[in-house]
Amino acid sequence: MTAPIKDYLKRSTGFHAARWAEPVVCEMTGTGRRGIVFDDAPAPTLPGTAMRKVAPALPEITEHDALRHYLHLSQMTMGMMGVSLFGTCTMKYNPRIGERAALEHLRNLHPLQDASTLQGVLELYDNFSDFLCEVSGMDQFVFQAGGGADAAYTHACVTRAYHASRGELQQRDQIITTIQTHPCSPATANTAGFEVITLTLEENGYPSLEQLKSVVGPRTAALMVNNPDDMGIYNPDIKEWVRIVHEAGGLCFYDHANFNGVMSRLRARELGFDACMYMLHKTFGAPKGGGGPAVGAYGCAEHLVPFLPSPLVVKDGDSYRLDDDRPDSIGRVREFWGNAPQVLKAYAWARAMGAEGLREAADISVLSNNYMDKRLGEVRGVTRSNPDITVPRMEMTRHSVEKVTQDTGITIFEISIRMTDFGIDALWLSHEPWLVAEPFTPEAGELWSKEDIDYWIDVFEHVVTEAYENPEIVRTAPHNAPIHQLTTALDEPDQWATTWRAYQRKHVS
Amino acid sequence: MTRLGLIVNPVAGLGGAMARKGSDEPDMVQRAALAGRDLVSPVRAARALRAFQALSDAPVLCGVVRPDGSPDMPLLSGAYGTAQDTRDVVRDMQGQVDLILFAGGDGTARDICAANAGGIPVLGIPSGVKMHSGVFARSPERAGQMAARFLSDTAQRTEAVEILDIDEEARRAGRLSARLYTVARTPLDSSGARQNPKAGGTDPVGEMDATLASYARRMRDDTLYILGPGMTMAALKQRLGGGTLLGVDLAQCGQIIARDVDEDALLSAIAGRNVRIGLTVVGGQGFVLGRGNQQISARVLRNAGLPPIDVICGADKLAALHPQELTIDTGDPALDAEMAGYWPVMTGPARHQVMKVVP
Ligand SMILES: Cc1ncc(COP(=O)(O)O)c(C=O)c1O
Repeated sequence: MTAPIKDYLKRSTGFHAARWAEPVVCEMTGTGRRGIVFDDAPAPTLPGTAMRKVAPALPEITEHDALRHYLHLSQMTMGMMGVSLFGTCTMKYNPRIGERAALEHLRNLHPLQDASTLQGVLELYDNFSDFLCEVSGMDQFVFQAGGGADAAYTHACVTRAYHASRGELQQRDQIITTIQTHPCSPATANTAGFEVITLTLEENGYPSLEQLKSVVGPRTAALMVNNPDDMGIYNPDIKEWVRIVHEAGGLCFYDHANFNGVMSRLRARELGFDACMYMLHKTFGAPKGGGGPAVGAYGCAEHLVPFLPSPLVVKDGDSYRLDDDRPDSIGRVREFWGNAPQVLKAYAWARAMGAEGLREAADISVLSNNYMDKRLGEVRGVTRSNPDITVPRMEMTRHSVEKVTQDTGITIFEISIRMTDFGIDALWLSHEPWLVAEPFTPEAGELWSKEDIDYWIDVFEHVVTEAYENPEIVRTAPHNAPIHQLTTALDEPDQWATTWRAYQRKHVS
Repeated sequence: MTRLGLIVNPVAGLGGAMARKGSDEPDMVQRAALAGRDLVSPVRAARALRAFQALSDAPVLCGVVRPDGSPDMPLLSGAYGTAQDTRDVVRDMQGQVDLILFAGGDGTARDICAANAGGIPVLGIPSGVKMHSGVFARSPERAGQMAARFLSDTAQRTEAVEILDIDEEARRAGRLSARLYTVARTPLDSSGARQNPKAGGTDPVGEMDATLASYARRMRDDTLYILGPGMTMAALKQRLGGGTLLGVDLAQCGQIIARDVDEDALLSAIAGRNVRIGLTVVGGQGFVLGRGNQQISARVLRNAGLPPIDVICGADKLAALHPQELTIDTGDPALDAEMAGYWPVMTGPARHQVMKVVP
């Protein structure tokens, strides 16, 4: 939580992000500049063919300059610095103690060590699996998948292996999902060779049972859904959905990326699901962002355990071992056992929270969202999806500024960019397709204080007022960010360069 | 030197204010005058022109009426704003301008495209009551900016968009239905300046292309295909040797074998045949049968034994439907009721979306 600051919006008008006028590091080179030089640095012991003939063209720079340069760059990143209410993503504080624990306990380990020397980390994996089994009702968790989409892919592969083992794979070639399920479910189903059947939302904000029944049948391999969905609407018929799909012989997968509002309030297995996925880098307090390491914790019931990726951590009496001899396993979805440091950090977070902590966090996140929902509803031109339904929203709500765009021409993109001028991170809009025009979907979670949430809404309201009164300032934003609007350079492959070599080729020569 | 053609339809946009659905009726100008209304489109055109001139000094040739505040602008015709006036101006602009920027709605877009023999790219300043067509910018300012960007390099790509209009006859009879009139070229927009009510960031064109390729590959030689109108179907017909945009065509063994067929031709073609029907969704009302493809009548459907219907439509177009439903109107209520239900729509290769179909 941030400290309460009175009249934050008024007081923060002087905000400006750091903006360092600095070339890229390759242009900062000065011949002979060095960091630490070791007189006795050993010569590399590489076979002759692998040795460089010419020294690499690396910049020569002092240690201090290098550190300062990267610090400056980090200050100019445009995210994760201000108030960040990024929906379907649950932004959480990542306790420093997790970093410390990962450093101290994993730094000197290597996954190829003999298992007898890895007992601590294996025990941690086993304990965390038990913890998540308790939370979900499943029988086994694995942490190999390198993110939520990777866990969805794990499920698509498990589905394939499961039906193949029963001789039904030829027949079961369809996976059913919904239009507001995260796109990684249909995408990974396609990747694993299945045809995708997507259900459309109906009056209540979710597809009807009749619609589901119209497509379930002998070709059904699985159902893959998230709930609440991308609009924040919880499908109360979900248990019946699972029953119908099971009756037809399909598996059911619960993408639990939006778990935050229902933590400890429901168990995927008790709803009948065969498998589920949690995002350790979102819900369980491990870091994310910048494409950083992620973990999709994939859990399943007994009947799917044989198909899980290998190796599996198993307890033998008092010790742990890695079981790689599992003939029905789908194999590996990731190297070794996934991002172990993230698993450790998430485990530390989960243990610190405990059962009561999870429940309190879930309740706070629902409360925060409903508070936001109410206040945003009072902002000029803001509406929300399915305005007529009465079911309470969970941890996020899909809103829209369609009216603002109609009145002023200002879009949600421009509002989002303008908000960065006040130290707000660019917001979450919507996964595709956009069923609601000019959408945004903030998720407060349990982290942000009431002051943070109020500040976020104050800024939002301020920018909407600007859209009506001075649209040019919104259209030309950002004004206080490290950079201004990009020109069309990103449309020009001849112009952009993501490496120093490409830059030299395209711009210098 | 590039030149901008600016068409301001003076009566566009009045229908809304006068609680009507459009401004197509001939006495609208007089009525507007009687009601003492200010004209909408010259003001919006002036906003677009200001944005245009901030970025470009290309000369502007304008027609029907001038935008507000530009008394000296060269004018092609000063008239009353009937459909004929618009068409005359467009005819005069052929060969004279590189882009037609117009202030109006769907009706104006239709009139412009009808007379735009040279296929000059067209861009709309949103000023009408109905704006279902794909040519409109989000705001007058963006229209002006987009026009300036386009004229700075006319080698920039354009894309095809549908020109739709609400069928006024049907509306007066109490039914709302959008009709596809033609396809126009408009500057390709990567900046989100064009109005695309429920846009996503995906590549609908590439996605559709792959879908149609897989559909064409799976067409069976022993089956006669009845292919309906629309841009998506025209792209499929293109793969089969080329067919019509607005008509119903027949295909067999990977080839179009008859173009623009009527109900009688369909009835005789289907006799004793294995039939499949390929359709797409036209316009914002979600019609798959009964608008623009009435040839595929209740009789045709029944005589063919209610053949399987493949609906092919981009997910982006389905997302833009409100409500999220498709509609059929074969003229035979019993048949409509029988066919209603949940239909799978092909939205991509190995992708279907289920849509509720209501009479
Ligand atoms: C509901 C849902 N499922 C899956 C994912 C994919 O997760 P990841 O980005 O870790 O692959 C996300 C990410 O936003 C999500 O919101």
